[in-house]
Amino acid sequence: MRRGLAAFALCLSVSVTAQAQTARDTAPIDLTGYWVSYVTENWRYRMVTPPKGEYRRIPASPAALPIINGWDPVADEKAGNQCKSFGGAAIMNVPGRLHITWQDANTLRIDTDAGTQTRRLHFAAAPLNAKPQAASWQGDSAARWERTSSTEGGSSLRVVTTNMRAGYLRKNGVPYSERTTMTEHFDVSALPQGGQLLLVNIVVEDPTYLNAPYVTSPHFKKEPDGSKWDPTPCSSTW
Amino acid sequence: MGSDAMLIDLVTPVLRSLGEGGRRIVPVVLIALLMVLLGANRASAQFDFTGSWGPIGTEDVQNDSLPVDYLGLALTEEGRTRALAYDESQKSMLERQCQGWGAAYAVLGPFGLRASTQIDPATNKVVSYTIDSWEDWNGLTIWMDGRPRPSQYALHTQEGFTTGKWEGGALTARTTHMKVGFIRKTGVPLTDQATIDWRFYRHDDVMTVVMIATDPVYLVEPEIVSKSFRLSPRPLDYRTPCVPGYEGREPGDGVPHFAPDKNPFADEFIKFYSLPKEAVLGYPETLYPEYRKKIKATYVPPPPCKEACGQAGNFVRRREN
Repeated sequence: MRRGLAAFALCLSVSVTAQAQTARDTAPIDLTGYWVSYVTENWRYRMVTPPKGEYRRIPASPAALPIINGWDPVADEKAGNQCKSFGGAAIMNVPGRLHITWQDANTLRIDTDAGTQTRRLHFAAAPLNAKPQAASWQGDSAARWERTSSTEGGSSLRVVTTNMRAGYLRKNGVPYSERTTMTEHFDVSALPQGGQLLLVNIVVEDPTYLNAPYVTSPHFKKEPDGSKWDPTPCSSTW
Repeated sequence: MGSDAMLIDLVTPVLRSLGEGGRRIVPVVLIALLMVLLGANRASAQFDFTGSWGPIGTEDVQNDSLPVDYLGLALTEEGRTRALAYDESQKSMLERQCQGWGAAYAVLGPFGLRASTQIDPATNKVVSYTIDSWEDWNGLTIWMDGRPRPSQYALHTQEGFTTGKWEGGALTARTTHMKVGFIRKTGVPLTDQATIDWRFYRHDDVMTVVMIATDPVYLVEPEIVSKSFRLSPRPLDYRTPCVPGYEGREPGDGVPHFAPDKNPFADEFIKFYSLPKEAVLGYPETLYPEYRKKIKATYVPPPPCKEACGQAGNFVRRREN
């Protein structure tokens, strides 16, 4: 019996060792570095501010229409809400550069130069007794690696973000609410002529302002260094 | 030393010390250990590609569809000139109506994808995946059996020749041997030297297809388009055959075209949305964030949208005007 317990303890100890490895130690793909938006899709919705009132390709609910038609960037600016179109559900589609680093062993950090925003993707669950956080532009992001069992590697990063302040999916005031949940997958692949491509598949679900999930997949090219990094503040008009 | 070998070295002495009684529980312990090490988050290296995938349609991949719209493309001067010479009436010619669009239209067109698997009955291995054609697209067969690519002088077709393999969790494929065709329905051309690399990712019930088109003649940089599809509970059926009919062009008529500097639609899209000319004409610098900063001071937003503001496609506005 004692020997049985010893074997179980051994098993437990090995498993604890395996589990104690950090997200950084076990990262199956390397997302770190500088990445630049390569805007080949949704150009008219991303590179310039679309006309007020237009929400093509976004499954906006009837509740969203008064907000879309009432968009007032000057009022947003006055109210200190100039970052509404740089919030979590929109930021990856805003043309700019990403700087991805490990903030600590279980937190991946994404800085954006457009709007000077910071996202923190937490691999470790928050303690049960942690105080609820106030909603923020970038919300709370829970991350995990989704591994494949193939011998050649390959994996994806899955991130679920909630607790975001209400913001805009597009610069021209198409809204998302504080009840929004965003699920993202980050995939990296080699480009045929060298370099790397980062694809972020984004599914935004909002029971208030969307009739259906809003799915986008912006992509980024890897850059050798941060020489083109150019932080700019949020703007409600651009 | 590999992690498996380390694990054996760690466990073997302990097993020896356990004696016969302890060894009896070893299978149970090993199974438990295996379950822990595998973890709960692992997905299969390959996903089930077959089935009907409905288009989600929340991304604008080709702005559908004013004639001179090359937004999001990095064109060479040759590519731009050729595109400006294109007249959509070409597709009204009897002999061109059923020509169909090339491989790129898998992600540029408005349709979903219906994929099937072909199995070698002798070995039970996958020989190919097929994405079925629809009315104006010729479909795509992805050969998975490792067959060699044909000679560069082999027949070129609208569909091209595609081989694929699983890499990590993605299906990757490469298409060559395409006929001279288009990368946009607005007449932006591709040569028969073009290559298309594909990445198929599946997350939950969403499949995202990434197309990376490279053309040494008409594209300065690869055209990258990613389009998402959702697994459909109902099978898609797009197999209506193309039937040519009279559309105003008589057999023997010349091929409709414009002199590139006299295209009557050159400014239409630009005026609709107050867009910068160099962006609409596909200049490479317009694909990067620096360009956004460059035009910030001069960009004049168009007037507010009054009608059809949520409907996809500029053709909606065009019809109304």
